[in-house]
Amino acid sequence: MLLLALDTATPAVTVALHDGSAVVAEMCAVEPRRHGEVLAVFIDRVLRQAGAGRADLTAVAVGIGPGPYTGLRAGVVTARVLGSALQVRTDGICSLDVIAAEVVPAAEGSDFLVATDARRREVYWARYTADGERAAGPYVDRPADLPTGLPVAGEGVLRYPELGRPLPPRYPAAGQLACLAAGRISAGLSPGPAEPLYLRRPDAAEPGRPKRVTP
Amino acid sequence: MTEPLVLGIETSCDETGVGLVRGHELLADSVASSVDEHARFGGVVPEVASRAHLEAMVPTVTRALAAASVRLADVDAIAVTAGPGLAGALLVGVCAAKAYALATGKPLYGVNHLAAHVAVDQLQHGPLPAPVIALLVSGGHSSLLLVPDLTAEIVPLGATIDDAAGEAFDKVARVLGLPFPGGPHIDRAAVAGDRQSIAFPRGKYADGTSDFSFSGLKTAVARWVEAREAAGAPVPLADVAASFQEAVADVLTRKAVAACRATGVDHLVIGGGVAANSRLRALAADRCAAAGLRLRVPRPGLCTDNGAMVAALGAELVGRGVPASTLDFAADSSLPVTQVVAA
Ligand SMILES: [Zn+2]
Repeated sequence: MLLLALDTATPAVTVALHDGSAVVAEMCAVEPRRHGEVLAVFIDRVLRQAGAGRADLTAVAVGIGPGPYTGLRAGVVTARVLGSALQVRTDGICSLDVIAAEVVPAAEGSDFLVATDARRREVYWARYTADGERAAGPYVDRPADLPTGLPVAGEGVLRYPELGRPLPPRYPAAGQLACLAAGRISAGLSPGPAEPLYLRRPDAAEPGRPKRVTP
Repeated sequence: MTEPLVLGIETSCDETGVGLVRGHELLADSVASSVDEHARFGGVVPEVASRAHLEAMVPTVTRALAAASVRLADVDAIAVTAGPGLAGALLVGVCAAKAYALATGKPLYGVNHLAAHVAVDQLQHGPLPAPVIALLVSGGHSSLLLVPDLTAEIVPLGATIDDAAGEAFDKVARVLGLPFPGGPHIDRAAVAGDRQSIAFPRGKYADGTSDFSFSGLKTAVARWVEAREAAGAPVPLADVAASFQEAVADVLTRKAVAACRATGVDHLVIGGGVAANSRLRALAADRCAAAGLRLRVPRPGLCTDNGAMVAALGAELVGRGVPASTLDFAADSSLPVTQVVAA
């Protein structure tokens, strides 16, 4: 098995390869607004690092957010196209779950939140049990509307320290995403759809009557 | 040796276009449009367009390959619109094209949308002479270009200083209570009208430049309609539509012919969505004939945004041995027309 994992739901562009037993190559860079420039280059590089070719890929996994839409779509469309063109399984995985999987040891038995920046003074967030199972979410809300008293991982708590005690990591890592996807595959689960979690409707207002131009 | 088979992807506005072209031969042209989703907003909503591109991308490529009876592995190169256009919309196409390039190992060209509007004429009328003058008019752009070499050198002569021509059609349609997009509805309404009945202003008509202005015209139409309504008189829809359309077509064709004369170029190509307008096509034909110019206008389906135009430019670039783009090129919403291939 050779699985390609990628996530562009946050300012981080992150790509990894997993051979069924371990992550064999991983690249990450914080490149806000440059996802479309960096992502394909990283995919090309991890394949080279692993000495693999495109035809060796047997699965693709992608973080489906929630996240700012433009960057998020860069990853989702890339995964869908690779899955279709190479005719391999394509899994979508919630990007907050990817962060949560890395939090578990540091949470020390406590439930915790994951929150990322949703811009417009809001955060994307979800609540997890101590063993990393998502208990609620994902949602998009103002920081003041989140549960209090729990440790919080993700960039959201760095932007809004009032959310609670911060835990790493700040962004999802594709290596972690690859492990989650490899777990799904070996457990015989069917693919999670590669559908972006937008959580908000597009901003658009229906126009009223045309404005009068006569003074 | 057979000519290069190129897959073209276009997502600069609200059409997800995928074309397959071999040399100058059009094999498939699949378009998924989100125009109906924008209609109630009276204009293209960028986020709605971007979401629609994501959903339509893989199915539209699959449909185009099936229509052309070719496999992805048969494609020799991939071309995609790198700009100009809506940033979020462009990014979906650019990322998709990069992924197709990764999956096939084939060269990738990020190309200029305006140059592609010129190149598409070759699919219908054969090789373009050099140089040509190009008049490109749509909801997003209105420009006059001198094209000495489609693959390497495009010189902007002029452009709109305010609204694009297609934008003026949309806004006047709203004033007249016609749906979005305005172009086809105004064209239809104008059939029964008298185009000489109302003398609407022609901005920058005789200023000696190749620039356009449509904002004043749009306001003049609104003012004329409001004056009729204030007087309690009925608004003669067909006459307003015909007279407005005449004003746009008059300015565009006059400036295009003047640009040909000034540069000594004897071929004019017209493209973009507004090139589907029947009065613009007719008036351009009359004036080019009178001036001794050769006019080339692709059929309406090739004038509006589509993937075939991108594939057509891609095939030209491959055929001339132009180096491909590197994998890190950016979707650039304001890519200048002087840059035919994204670096
Ligand atoms: Zn266009």
